[in-house]
Amino acid sequence: MKYLCLVYFEPKALTVLSEAEKIAFDNESLAYDEELQRSGHFIAAEALDSVKSAVTVRVRNGKISTTDGPFAETKEQLGGFILIESRDLNDAIQIAAKIPLARFGSIEVRPIWELERK
Amino acid sequence: MGDGAGIPDSLNLSMNEDARETLRETIDEIYRVESRRVLATLIRLLGDFDLAEEALHEAFTTALEQWAHEGVPKNPRAWLVSVGRFKAIDNIRRRVRFDSSLAQIANELGPNTEDPFEVDDEDIEDERLRLIFTCCHPALSPDAQIALTLRTVCGLTTEEIAHAFLTPPPTIAQRIVRAKSKIRDAKIPYEVPSHTELPDRLDTVLHVIYLVFNEGYSASFGESLTRHDLSSEAIRLGRLLIELLPEPEAIGLLALMLLQESRRAARISPTGELILLNEQDRSLWDHAQISEGLSLIQQALVSRRFGPYTIQAAIAAVHARASTADATDWRQIVALYDILNQADPSPIIELNRAVAVAMCDGPAAGLELIEAILTRGDLKDYHFIHSAHADLCRRLGKIAEARASYERALQLSQQKSEREFLERRLREL
Repeated sequence: MKYLCLVYFEPKALTVLSEAEKIAFDNESLAYDEELQRSGHFIAAEALDSVKSAVTVRVRNGKISTTDGPFAETKEQLGGFILIESRDLNDAIQIAAKIPLARFGSIEVRPIWELERK
Repeated sequence: MGDGAGIPDSLNLSMNEDARETLRETIDEIYRVESRRVLATLIRLLGDFDLAEEALHEAFTTALEQWAHEGVPKNPRAWLVSVGRFKAIDNIRRRVRFDSSLAQIANELGPNTEDPFEVDDEDIEDERLRLIFTCCHPALSPDAQIALTLRTVCGLTTEEIAHAFLTPPPTIAQRIVRAKSKIRDAKIPYEVPSHTELPDRLDTVLHVIYLVFNEGYSASFGESLTRHDLSSEAIRLGRLLIELLPEPEAIGLLALMLLQESRRAARISPTGELILLNEQDRSLWDHAQISEGLSLIQQALVSRRFGPYTIQAAIAAVHARASTADATDWRQIVALYDILNQADPSPIIELNRAVAVAMCDGPAAGLELIEAILTRGDLKDYHFIHSAHADLCRRLGKIAEARASYERALQLSQQKSEREFLERRLREL
């Protein structure tokens, strides 16, 4: 079963780290992706640029509306994701708990809904 | 079906009245003792809560018909599991024609060849522990955990749960439906957590049991007398849990519940008012529950792996051992609160410790600690801190301060019997 681990954190939370600590942390995150590749859980993972660079797009009555930034104003923002294949939710929770950013922010684990063409 | 707790009423057979009545009683008894275990096994075999409940119901319906002719089988539990599985597979096969999503389940179940009358498995694994951990999975909300556990593990009907929680039945029904959907959609596995996950997951289970207990314990006087059934249900769950998983904290929780429950008859006056521990008639305490609680605490303590529930039970035990309120070893209670505050720090524990300090070192010492908590800004909307503050002020002759605090407590308290208690204290000032 596929799960998307959505990584939320307050961008401010990482400002407490020194430059060297930031580098070590990024390396740790990349190393975890590789570990998931070796264990066969990895499908895809990316970090996201700041929400300041985001736009929100909607189509209403055939008209495209584009607005600045994300829809909801929350302190924690979506900062990246890891798409995994795992046996079940318990397995997915164990994997999510080891994502390095789980120590600063929170990981939302969402089962993937497989759309079928009918 | 889904909610069909109990066994069907139709006994349409050519038996005489007495034999029919005897069989009916036998099957009722088997339902009472075995139905949860049969259900737990069927959930594993069928991989679905709803299919398993339906299968359980069908197995008992079939038992009513067949046992009348063929007698009660040697191992009714194995028979029921086997017939339930057989019926479910039959149903699924029939429904696959209309609902293709069942095809996968049908394939996984394999061929339906087993003859239920051949089954003679004396020791089918007891799978109720899987059931408990699945119903109390942390991915479900606490409300859903409670409703699903009471429905599935305890076998209460939706109406019974709704009545006990003073909630409309459709709300409870919806919680259960949503919980089952989440188990299916998010693929919450039907398993006992691994060794590394066990401590965290056990905490959730214990929390659910204690919430059920407190719902029954704190609300058992006044308007709704039936709610105390929840406390007995929680104790029953606690017993089941330690039978399946004798972890020290599970033993500690059972001890805590028994020691609190032992005071039930002494906690409420004939007119329905709450009676505080030091004013209770201790001859009304249930001594069988106390001695069971005390021996369970010993068991938990010697393990040296106990936690907050066991320590709280140990505090309750100090009270239980005192033959009069004056004989209470408050020094030991203060020491236990110190340990508890280390294991699980909270301002509530500090408050309870302050009350215990007042009992051994006098009201002024306790008052100082309570005022320190309030000055810090903690618990200022908690009625009990104001009534404790008022009580100590009263004993120190600070009547104006006592009055102000009793009034503040009264503003914050919701519960009828507590409000009556506070009003009585105000009048007595």
